Amino acid sequence: MNIIVCIKRVPQTAEADVKIDSSGKDIIKDRLTFDMNESDSYALEEAILLKEKYGGTVTVISLGYPDTEDTLRIALAKGGDSAVRIKGEEMVDIDGYKTAKVLSSVIKGLPYEIILTGCMATDDAYSLVGQALAELLGIPHATLVTKLEINDNKAHIYRELEGGLLEHLEISLPALITIQTGINTPRFASLIAIRRAASKEINTIGASDIGGDICANTTLEELFPPPVGKRAEILTGPVDEVATKLSGIIKEKGLI
Amino acid sequence: MAGIAILVEHRQGIIRDITLELLTLGRRLATETNTKCTAVVLANNCDNFVNQLKSCAHRIIVMDNPVFNDFNAEVYQMTVSEIIKNESPFLTLIGHTAMGMDIGPSLATQLSIPFSTDCIDIQVLDGRLMVVRSMYDGKLNAKILLNDSASYLVTYRSGNTSVEMGNLDAEVVKLDTPINTQPDYRKFIEYIEAAVGAVDITKADVIVSVGRGIKDKANLSIVEDFAKAIGGVLGCTRPVVDAGWLPKEHQVGSSGKTVKPKLYIALGISGAFQHISGMKNSDIIIAVNKDPNAPIFNEADYGIVEDLFKVVPVLKNKILEIKQAKA
Repeated sequence: MNIIVCIKRVPQTAEADVKIDSSGKDIIKDRLTFDMNESDSYALEEAILLKEKYGGTVTVISLGYPDTEDTLRIALAKGGDSAVRIKGEEMVDIDGYKTAKVLSSVIKGLPYEIILTGCMATDDAYSLVGQALAELLGIPHATLVTKLEINDNKAHIYRELEGGLLEHLEISLPALITIQTGINTPRFASLIAIRRAASKEINTIGASDIGGDICANTTLEELFPPPVGKRAEILTGPVDEVATKLSGIIKEKGLI
Repeated sequence: MAGIAILVEHRQGIIRDITLELLTLGRRLATETNTKCTAVVLANNCDNFVNQLKSCAHRIIVMDNPVFNDFNAEVYQMTVSEIIKNESPFLTLIGHTAMGMDIGPSLATQLSIPFSTDCIDIQVLDGRLMVVRSMYDGKLNAKILLNDSASYLVTYRSGNTSVEMGNLDAEVVKLDTPINTQPDYRKFIEYIEAAVGAVDITKADVIVSVGRGIKDKANLSIVEDFAKAIGGVLGCTRPVVDAGWLPKEHQVGSSGKTVKPKLYIALGISGAFQHISGMKNSDIIIAVNKDPNAPIFNEADYGIVEDLFKVVPVLKNKILEIKQAKA
């Protein structure tokens, strides 16, 4: 089975202080750490598990700047067979739709039975590249998948809906599946594998290889801090003092 | 039509809340653009749904067909694409839900119309669509301008609009369904209900909830001790379940449980909207987080900007002291 995994290198912002840069359209990145997008790492693991079960190859593709190659090498160290970087530095005004179009023009020429992506990138949070890519390739898709079984040419898919309800469906291969976090336990790459992957070749594809006039369908005009809602009353002071205040409030409200 | 079309979302015979939210938004946008708001109902035996929605839209397009008995995103996409082609709405609104995520982006791509996803505000500026979206783990918002077009598609975040019922009397338009069977390449099999776990956190008065800030499974005991002291049950965010540190039945949020305790204590939780949507109706919310800009502080009543590992043991002792004094 030929498996393609699309991944993205993203800044880790969940627990970081995120600031807007001078352009007003991007964030200051130099103090942030970057890593494989969370749900993409589950998609990669699922691809490797499928390969281990059914044989075949895992091709990892990413659109990004040169440092994306670090992330692709980790993917190779974990069990990917080949890696492709589409040169982000040669692309202008990228949005999710344009990303899907660029990916589709690259993937069209490759053999595949399954394409896996994460269900959402944590930086821009669109949740759209996989679905748009499937449509452009003319193959069926399913999103938010937390369990996946392959039988002959069919995939049995379990999608996670609201409230933990699962939707069980069957789709024919080739298909694109967007993977929800928690579907498996992503492995760590061993040091030996990382060292071995360091010398592996990463194929690069530039704007001229893709050709055509691929346009984004949106423009990011500005970033701004979210409006302050019902802001919490922040208790300040030494830990002992705030704990006394807080336990007092809890007592006063009759909760203990 | 040139107005606003809303795809009605329903599951297992019930209209979902997002539908009424979208209709509230759709009527507002219809008023602003001097057009009409049309609800699109795709279901088997639609009468009940139509009656429920009649006051909320100017028009209701109804396709009543047994093919909609089982939900199939592909059947929906084929059907809605025909409606958009024939009716040319200026804007098609779909919930940014498990259903909307499966349908929206591929539908807009099929029709080659500009679209955006997970939007939290929509403005029409000189016939062009400007949307607001939340990015970078909810820490920043972005204004996104969509390319000039006669038709747009947006998936909109649920729980972001206060529902207002309308006072309209919708014109009901019954149309034939373009497809009568599920395609061979995508078949609905069944719904599987979430497994019932050992605890039902929805019944608790006090929930002590943990997020990524807990760092490691071994640290859970600190929070467990605290929950025991205060008489609460443990809740958590999705990453804690994904890491295998707590079973799924403890997960609070859109794909987990929706809870409404008297007291919700969020420890090391940044406040992703998927989590917020599951706990925002708690009576009192207390948040402890190192990051002063964590979105959770916009939802909480009381906050402490500090490492949870420093606060929790001290707070536990204070709670125990109060309990002992009472006894």
